[in-house]
Amino acid sequence: MSILVYANTAQNKIHKSAFEAVSYAAQIAEKSGDTVTALVVGNADDLDTLGKYGADKVIHITNDKLADFQPSLIAEAIQKAAEDNSSSIIIFSHDLSGKSIAPMLAAKMNSGIVTGAVDLPETDGDFIVKRAVFSGKAFAHVKINTPTKIISVTPNALEKKEYNKTASIEDKAYDLGDSRLKVIEQKIESTDVPLTEATLVVSAGRGLKGPENWGMIEDLAKALGAATACSRPVSDMDWRPHHEHVGQTGVAIRPNLYIAIGISGAIQHLAGVNQSKVIVVINTDPEAPFFKAADYGIVGDAFEVVPKLVEAAKAMN
Amino acid sequence: MKILVCISKAPDTTSKIAFTDNNTSFDKNGVQFIINPYDEWYALVRGLELKEANGGSVTILNVGGADNDPTIRKALAIGADDAVRVNMEPTDALGVAKQIADYAKENEFDMVLCGKETIDYNGSQVGGMVAAFLDQPFISNASKLDMAGNTATVERDIQGGKEIIKVDTPFVLSAAKGMAEARIPNMRGIMAARTKPLKVVEPSAFENATEVASYELPPAKGACKMVSADNPAELLNLLRNEAKII
Repeated sequence: MSILVYANTAQNKIHKSAFEAVSYAAQIAEKSGDTVTALVVGNADDLDTLGKYGADKVIHITNDKLADFQPSLIAEAIQKAAEDNSSSIIIFSHDLSGKSIAPMLAAKMNSGIVTGAVDLPETDGDFIVKRAVFSGKAFAHVKINTPTKIISVTPNALEKKEYNKTASIEDKAYDLGDSRLKVIEQKIESTDVPLTEATLVVSAGRGLKGPENWGMIEDLAKALGAATACSRPVSDMDWRPHHEHVGQTGVAIRPNLYIAIGISGAIQHLAGVNQSKVIVVINTDPEAPFFKAADYGIVGDAFEVVPKLVEAAKAMN
Repeated sequence: MKILVCISKAPDTTSKIAFTDNNTSFDKNGVQFIINPYDEWYALVRGLELKEANGGSVTILNVGGADNDPTIRKALAIGADDAVRVNMEPTDALGVAKQIADYAKENEFDMVLCGKETIDYNGSQVGGMVAAFLDQPFISNASKLDMAGNTATVERDIQGGKEIIKVDTPFVLSAAKGMAEARIPNMRGIMAARTKPLKVVEPSAFENATEVASYELPPAKGACKMVSADNPAELLNLLRNEAKII
């Protein structure tokens, strides 16, 4: 049998989180003695790289009906591939595409699903997957009872392991139903690594006083090789684009490092970042609640501290 | 326009999270329950706005025990016309979706709306499952929904931006920020909600596809290590040599 992985792409590149999902599958396969099949929809320049992270085979789907993002048709294609490869474990990345497709597939196949996994499954005895619950405030160990098991993996939750295999590539069209969604327009605001996949994130809030002061935040992010993010008020006031908003109503992220500048740390904001491995807080108010959730802190004025940090970060490189 | 809005009951964001029975169940003691914010602020309110503009009805659907009734009444107070509760503890997303789909199939709605995820299990599962069970299109993480006749124009979040799509009814949609603004129920709404119909139906049979074996709290954070504002370079030194992340 082969463990199937849906490897998501954007702008003809396979996502970093998709490589993580392949490596996750390969680690399960290593223990169970199975192979790994990655499924890619549409064009991708780096299909060969899937072998590096553990894919034995790549199914490259070339059906024209999938030119637009059609979750129900992709679920249909994955179901067919799962039947062809007698796959009883199917892995996704817990990103926007995985959140759309994986639950549809679970219903189509009547399979138990765990979304947002943060660790490899326990497979001795019951099949149990650990995931974050209560907006990052706890974990649940969820048992899957059905013969087919679907898991979506939280981006940046696990280290990628390298296998350096050479995957065979097989083009498939599959006979799919008709799509009922028509994409009229795409507005891409950022082609950088998506925030959910960034390992380092520099984020700022209302303490910055205005959008014109974000230069130093971008400088710091650039010097560290980090992505930029912001708090809810900042995105609500349109100081920063909507897709940068992290927190309960924005995106939840899990970077290795989250630097929060001028953000007090309201519980709704923490819900989006509390799974970060290391949190740094820079705030003028020593009583800011964020310090309680932080690993490192600086009490000080962002306008004095951040430029010094930028210089230090540049000197370090 | 016949709209079904699925709501889930969730602990208030500020709730202290604790577990009982040897870490196998959530400790509800002292917890204030609310309508899951994505279901309420975005799915329900947008459903009401569409009904107000186009006529029709908004029905609330919840899967849960009788202790959910006050939460359902709140959704009626905000303006929904009637409500249905499937009398079952919601422990498995697939089971919940099955119940919703069974009800929706019998009653033929133009659209089924829900939030993009719940703030307790954060699964983002039920909407997509309902769509697959009903064999209807699914639009996830939608931030705008406008109707012209039977055709909806929807804006959905995609990696790094947004996408505008058109889809005909019937469909299932999960709502995210941007869709609508929260509404606070007024006294008239609260009074009216007391007498609005809340029908209780028994669940159809199914076997749980998943179950929670146990819960776990993350290890307590150690004290925050403070660095002097006069020497921010020390912070980078710690991040590189102590935390080893840059």
